Order: sequence, then C-alpha cells, then structure tokens
Amino acid sequence: MDILKEVIGIYIERKDWFLELLGQHVVLSLIAIMLAGTIGLLIGVFISEHDRLAPVVLGIANVFYTIPSISLFGILIPIMGIGDKTAVTALTIYGIMPMVRNTYAGIKNVSDDVIMAARGMGSTDLQIMTKIKLPLALGIIIAGVRNMVVMTISVTAIASFIGAGGLGVSIYRGITMYNPALTLAGSLLIAAMALLSDLLLGKIENHMKKRGTY
Amino acid sequence: MSIISLEHVDKSFGETKVLKDFSLAVEEGEFLTVIGRSGCGKTTMLKLINGLLMPEGGDVIVEGKNLKNTDLIALRRSIGYVIQNKGLFPHMTVEKNITYVPVISGHKNRAENHKLALKLMDIVGLDPAMLSRYPAELSGGQQQRVGIARALAANPHILLMDEPFGALDEITRQTMQDEILKLQKQLGLTIVFITHDIREAMKLGDRVLVMDAGEVVQHDVPEMILNHPASDFVRELIK
Repeated sequence: MDILKEVIGIYIERKDWFLELLGQHVVLSLIAIMLAGTIGLLIGVFISEHDRLAPVVLGIANVFYTIPSISLFGILIPIMGIGDKTAVTALTIYGIMPMVRNTYAGIKNVSDDVIMAARGMGSTDLQIMTKIKLPLALGIIIAGVRNMVVMTISVTAIASFIGAGGLGVSIYRGITMYNPALTLAGSLLIAAMALLSDLLLGKIENHMKKRGTY
Repeated sequence: MSIISLEHVDKSFGETKVLKDFSLAVEEGEFLTVIGRSGCGKTTMLKLINGLLMPEGGDVIVEGKNLKNTDLIALRRSIGYVIQNKGLFPHMTVEKNITYVPVISGHKNRAENHKLALKLMDIVGLDPAMLSRYPAELSGGQQQRVGIARALAANPHILLMDEPFGALDEITRQTMQDEILKLQKQLGLTIVFITHDIREAMKLGDRVLVMDAGEVVQHDVPEMILNHPASDFVRELIK
C-alpha cells in the first residue's frame, strides 16, 4: 500500500504536470476518436451500399487491427516522423476498425421488410439511410463507439513512446527511471478516464434502447 | 382505360424466369385479389407495379405513365403500399409512421401532419391516444391498421397490399377484411391484394387472379372461378 501513498504524493506534488499530461491525453484521444468515428462511419455506410467491397475493406481493417499498436507507431515513424501527428494517425487507423465493423453490421442487421417498405413508399436512397438504416443501426454503432473510445484512450498511452504527449509520458518516464509509482500514477488516470467514458457512453446506449431505437 | 396495365412482361432472377409474357389490366376502382403458391411470381408482379422491380421485357403502365420513363420515387409516393406488419418502422411512433410519406415528400408542418394523422386514425378505426406509441406496443391487428393508415397518408388512388393480413388470427383477419372492403368503397380505391388464402381472395376480390409458375391461370369474377375453374390447379385451389 506504500506505493499508493507514493502515487497520491506524486499527484499532489506534480499536480500541474499531471493536469497538463491529462489535457494532452484528452486532446490526442479526442481528435483520434473524432477522426476514427467519422471515417469509420463513412466507410461502414459506404461498404453497406457496395456489398462487393465489404469483405475486402473489412479484411484490410482487420489486418490493421491485428498489428500490435507499438509496431504500428514504429512503422509510421519513417513516413511521418515522431510527434503528435504520427500518434493521432496511428490511433485513428486503430480506431477505424471497430467503427467500420459495427456500422456495417448495424446497417446489415436492419430488416429487409422494413427497408422494402420504406423503398416502396417512395424514399430516396439517402432517406432510407438517414431515416431508416442509421437510426435502426444506432445501438450497434454506439456499441462500436464505446469499444473504440476505451481502446483509443488506453492506446494513447503508447503514443509517448514516439514523442507525443499525454499520460503515457509519465508511464514512460516511470519505466526508464525505475519509478513504478510514477508509472502507476499515469496508468490509474488513464484507467479512470476510460472507465468514465465507458460509463457515459453506456448511459447513452441505454437511453437509445429505451427510446425504441434498437 | 385501365389504371394499371402490365403488357407482355418478362421478369427473371438470374436463371429463373419468374414471369413469362405476363399481361394484366386492372380497372379503376377495382378490387383485384391475386392468389397462387409461394414462388408463383405474385409478389414480383406487385413490385413491378410500383417499380421496386423493373421488367426485362414488356411495359408496365400505371395511371397512364410508362414506368420506363417516369419518376419512380414520385410514383411510389402516390401509391399506397402495405406489407405484413413487419413493415412498420420500429423506431418511429405510430404518428411518425403514419406521416412518413408526407414528411419525406417535404411536408414538414407538424400541426398539419398531426391533423392528418388524427384523420387517418379515425379512418382506420384506431384510438388517437395510440399515436405516441411504438409499433412493438401494438397488437397485430392494430399494427396492420397503422400500416393501412400509413399507406393512405398521401391520398393514393391505388393501394398495393402484399399478404397484409397473413400474420393475423382468424377473427382479427375477418374484421380487417370487412374494413378494407368498406374503405375501398368509401375512398374509391383501386386495390391489388395478394393472398395465399382462397377464401380471402374470393371474399374481397371483384375479380380474382390465379397465378401459377409465373403465368395467369385464370382471371375472372369469383363466381366464374368457383363455377367454371379453368384448370385442375384452380379446381384444387377452391376445393
């Protein structure tokens, strides 16, 4: 339990530094989350309308997803150098996969009868997408967002290994200076952030379910 | 002139020919029931009328317009389309379901749409209190009434119904049959109604179209079908 006391001591002693790291962490993950969310959603919608592309795109997204995060950062360094931009790029690539998969699955899960009814009543393709398919897929899409947000927040820790900011800096410094309390201090904040986001998104997900939007 | 006519229509899915040189004329104000085994092409025929499917050969003409060169979206909005109760939008309230066609056509005035919804609920005999409910909270019969109200929202001349009462229990089904007959007279609708129940076909249809393997077996008034069946297939059907 000594280490916890030590961690609390560190928090108090280096409050400003941790707040700065926390801020960086939030910004880095948030940018990646927004990018991955938007790009993933668009790709998911696109392949749901072009079924022949779906296996190829999902396959590629799967491959990116299986590359260990640290090596994805490594691969990007020679191309993009080090720093925040590279980190956000890697995080975005990582986050796209769950978004694409869930958007696609959610849309494909919408009953053919419902789509046929909408089409038969004179909906345009765009209206079918925005008024029928996406609202009905929302539950599954939000589940994907939840998954992606938690993952991005934790993977952002590794971003500091390639010179980006965020709470990973304190983890990294803790490792190199053999200061486990410092590592733990960063990790705990990341875990808290991830848990809090998951809780919030879970609330949104439940709210959607109650509204009848499957 | 017929309000709906299919002229020498061919339609296949891949290798399978579903309709072969198929012709049909439906008169204005007529209630046509279509009966046949599953896979006989009756649903395909219905989907050709609102352009959900396009034929490889022949012409489909609805209200004087050849579907080959008409705006299909506008056409579909002007035709009521009812399928089994699975076709309601589960994420929309009854009111949103009913006013769907006006809304997608650009009529977004809430007060007007609400008035329209109230009127339609009255026409199909539903309590206006149900407007704020979701389809899953309604019984099968109520869902079907909502489906009909939704199809009537754009004031259509034509109603296409694909086994609309197939999932209902016998008593509810008979009530719905009586009501659709009443509605048809009251609103002067032309209805094409698909069913696999011969009693339903005979009860509702001014004329009955019997289909088998993509072809017309018999197309006549119920008495003629009953008294002069055109083939063994029809004889088997009415037994």
